[in-house]
Amino acid sequence: MPPRMLPEPTPETRHFWDGCREGELRLQRCVACTESYFPPRPFCPKCGNREVEVYKASGQGVLWSYVINHRPRPDMGTEPYAIAVVKLAEGPTMMTNIVDCPQTPEALQLDMPLKVSFSKQTDDITLPLFAPAQG
Amino acid sequence: MKPKSVAVVGAAETTRMGKIPDQSVIALHADAALNAMADAGLKPSDIDGVATAGISPVELAHYLGIKPTYADGTSVGGCSFMLHVRHAAAAINAGLAKTILITHGESGRSRVGAGGFGRSPSSLMGQFEMPYGVTTPPTMFTVPVLRYLKTYGLSEEDLAWVAVIQREWAAKNPRASMKDPITVDDVLNSPMIAWPFRLLMCCLVTDGGGALILTSADRAKDFPRKPVYVLGTGESVETPMVSQMYDFTSSTAFKISGKKAFETAGISHADVDHLMIYDAFAHLPLYGLEDLGFCKPGEAAAFIRERNTAIGGKLPLNTNGGGLSYMHSGMYGMYALQESVRQMRGIAPAQVPDAKISVCHGVGGMFAASGTIIFSNEAP
Repeated sequence: MPPRMLPEPTPETRHFWDGCREGELRLQRCVACTESYFPPRPFCPKCGNREVEVYKASGQGVLWSYVINHRPRPDMGTEPYAIAVVKLAEGPTMMTNIVDCPQTPEALQLDMPLKVSFSKQTDDITLPLFAPAQG
Repeated sequence: MKPKSVAVVGAAETTRMGKIPDQSVIALHADAALNAMADAGLKPSDIDGVATAGISPVELAHYLGIKPTYADGTSVGGCSFMLHVRHAAAAINAGLAKTILITHGESGRSRVGAGGFGRSPSSLMGQFEMPYGVTTPPTMFTVPVLRYLKTYGLSEEDLAWVAVIQREWAAKNPRASMKDPITVDDVLNSPMIAWPFRLLMCCLVTDGGGALILTSADRAKDFPRKPVYVLGTGESVETPMVSQMYDFTSSTAFKISGKKAFETAGISHADVDHLMIYDAFAHLPLYGLEDLGFCKPGEAAAFIRERNTAIGGKLPLNTNGGGLSYMHSGMYGMYALQESVRQMRGIAPAQVPDAKISVCHGVGGMFAASGTIIFSNEAP
């Protein structure tokens, strides 16, 4: 299996990937209007303010939407897998994969609670995946 | 006639359509361009403006021997050609050029002289979508749909009906790639691509091209074909990442583009005789009907199932068979425009009787961009 396609962080996204490596899901929010947003950028996309802060998010969310890819990308193995979007408790949506859960429509119910589960890929890159949250 | 209106005076597709292993991308552009010039009675030296996507307008101009005073390389995916029409209308009105050629050519199936489909791993998409296993459009464009279906209590059967009714239109079109009738069961039993999308809910992958020539409406009456006037136009862009759509049940870009087109045309929905909505996948006509305002949110599936968009229905939709059954080279917007022009000229294989106004709505990328053109065969 070829190595998994991984992100190359840029100066504006470095804090996010550093956070994943250190076991924290980091979001940004605007100091002025308090809007949380994703993906990372050095200003608020709602009001344009450059004064923003990085903070540790709860890591909780719900399953917002997904597809189950039946034609796996070679670096993703040979079995169908869900390409999912989680809606974070703080508001933004984020693409991810769902782990510790059968990759079936029956098991993957929209709005099911999820929690972040960090998956180390290399010394630098850890991906934020999500697992069903325990009741 | 409004003094500043613009018209299509040349329109054609490539000579062949479907599987064309012996022509490269640039040759498909040129074949369509030469056909459109023949349609308009023009030579390359008569063209003073060029627009294209996929390849550079520089490549196009030099290949055809055109020395233009206007070039537009707007490239926002499959609706780029709607944006080219919109920009060409403004350019003609501003005196930047008199006669503008817009071309498309794509070797989507045979991949002759075609570029790759890659994203840099440092782009936002490369960082925040590619690591999770997205591949080609079937695993990206489709991502919001389960949320849409749940919000409105719909199912994959509602997606299947879109494909079934468009195949009925394709059956009337000799150039359509897929003409045999299909049923909802056929669609729901076709191979799974990316749940809930099965093969027959996804567009074709074919080779082909098309071209349009626009000029001012006052010059248009001197051309061999009946002019097709541009009544109104709209465009917008939303997000390079489908996971960051503002609303998974609606395209913000569709709403902005459609509203602007209807406003500038000065028409209401009841005036529309014919509609094209770019259908890369079966959910797009649902989003399009709702976001353009033809249906209320959540009501498009029933509207289609009740045959309002079918042959004999009150709002004929995707009358060439669409990207699902006619052809889809990768950037389908040009073929939607071609069908609107054919309907306005009265020469479409599945001609809508007495159609006077056609709305042609495109999408680019995975809900990334949108363009809307409203045509009429009556001078504004």
